[in-house]
Amino acid sequence: MTAQVITVTSGKGGVGKTTAVANLANGIAMDGKRVVCIDGDIGLRNLDVVMGLENRIVYDIVDVIEGRCKLRQAMIRDKHYQELYLIPAAQTRDKNAVSPSDMIRICKDLRADTDFIIIDSPAGIERGFRNAIAPADRVLVVTNPEVSAVRDADRVVGILEAEEKGNPALIINRLNPILVKNNDMLSAEDVLDLLGIQLIGIVPEDESVIIGSNRGAPVVTDPKSRAGQAFRNIGKRLQGEEIPFMDLEPQSTLWKSIQRMAGGRK
Amino acid sequence: MEQVTSLVNIKGIRDGLLATFEEAPWEDQRLALLAQIDDRPAFFQGARLAMDVGNQILKVNDLVDLRDHLSERGISLWAVISESPTTEHTSQLLGFATRISKPRPEERKQVVEVSDQTALFINKTIRSGTRIEFPGTVLVFGDVNPGAEVVAEGNVIVWGRVRGMIHAGSKGDRDAFICALDLSANQLRIADEVSAALQPQKDPQPEIASINNEGRLQAELWKTG
Repeated sequence: MTAQVITVTSGKGGVGKTTAVANLANGIAMDGKRVVCIDGDIGLRNLDVVMGLENRIVYDIVDVIEGRCKLRQAMIRDKHYQELYLIPAAQTRDKNAVSPSDMIRICKDLRADTDFIIIDSPAGIERGFRNAIAPADRVLVVTNPEVSAVRDADRVVGILEAEEKGNPALIINRLNPILVKNNDMLSAEDVLDLLGIQLIGIVPEDESVIIGSNRGAPVVTDPKSRAGQAFRNIGKRLQGEEIPFMDLEPQSTLWKSIQRMAGGRK
Repeated sequence: MEQVTSLVNIKGIRDGLLATFEEAPWEDQRLALLAQIDDRPAFFQGARLAMDVGNQILKVNDLVDLRDHLSERGISLWAVISESPTTEHTSQLLGFATRISKPRPEERKQVVEVSDQTALFINKTIRSGTRIEFPGTVLVFGDVNPGAEVVAEGNVIVWGRVRGMIHAGSKGDRDAFICALDLSANQLRIADEVSAALQPQKDPQPEIASINNEGRLQAELWKTG
């Protein structure tokens, strides 16, 4: 096995990076793959909470980097999936405790016996962001259909282009089809039009996402949730499957044009 | 002596000098570095030195000791690069840089001649947070996104949509113009005139903005001839 390293990032905070990481990791683990999540947000850790693993933390990524424990010791096994692990961030240190070369080394050590390494990046474009993208094979940019979030995503895409990190893919999170229909929210088409990058998934607004995050049970495991379905689909696309985009609004031709723009289904 | 000196290799980089080492105990590497410096004290006087120590694990004392020896010779040690996390941590503690910046990819690389003026040709979309400045005309083959800025002393021509800020004739040329396939910019400036935001249109058509006879910045549909 040689793992694919995927970094999930955004420009603006609070658009749902951590939620996306937890859900994608669980979704891919549901398909029987071996997944390691790394919380790259040193000093403000929260991936452990969303995954419901908070009270199992003994060692964190800074302990690994500074040699206080072995990498294996900092990998926390998920409650439900045997093949899903989390390497938590340190709560009491700041981002300067980690360097891009540390992240590259950790991923190199994990690659041999893992299918997917998913890194949760901190918001912004500072050092923590650079740590998180350093080892990435593929970058997913999360945005909400809001003007400010899209503008910051644009900035991040520009930096990724300058760093030659390949073509990032876009997740549009918390899209509300009713607001879009009433012209009160940017449509997925508007967002794609501006950013001009490949779309990998649209996650509809769904209150079960918040409930799931608070319970430490990501919504991807809920078969009835629309958002859960969207995350499962993204997980499968990351594994190389061709999954059609969900029909969030049946009568519209919008979705066909999105599919066309994303180069998804032909 | 010859053998000892070959343990260290010093070359010039953008930020001063960079010393790299052959595999050896730290004490030997350290002596080799100092010996090479003492061979040509005048050359090294006042230099800024970065070191790549590879896997070598260095303690605070090692680095402080070396720093002092170097500063006695008029050399300032500013960066210690290492693959060892311990060493990296140590150098961070002492306030050394732990990596050397690579030169940024230059935005201004493709320059073409347009009549007798020099123009900058940008063959991609200019994204938020990017500022392009050029002492001539700028051609953009792509969009100018919100949050991006293009500042040109000459004209600005965009084969795409303009949603960011464009300033043509930035050094005061009131004859400069801005044209684009879709000119719904946040703000346009020509010389010292500023336009208000232009509303995005349903069916955008090519437009050209210039300073009219009354001295105001005005955008109008582009017509041939």
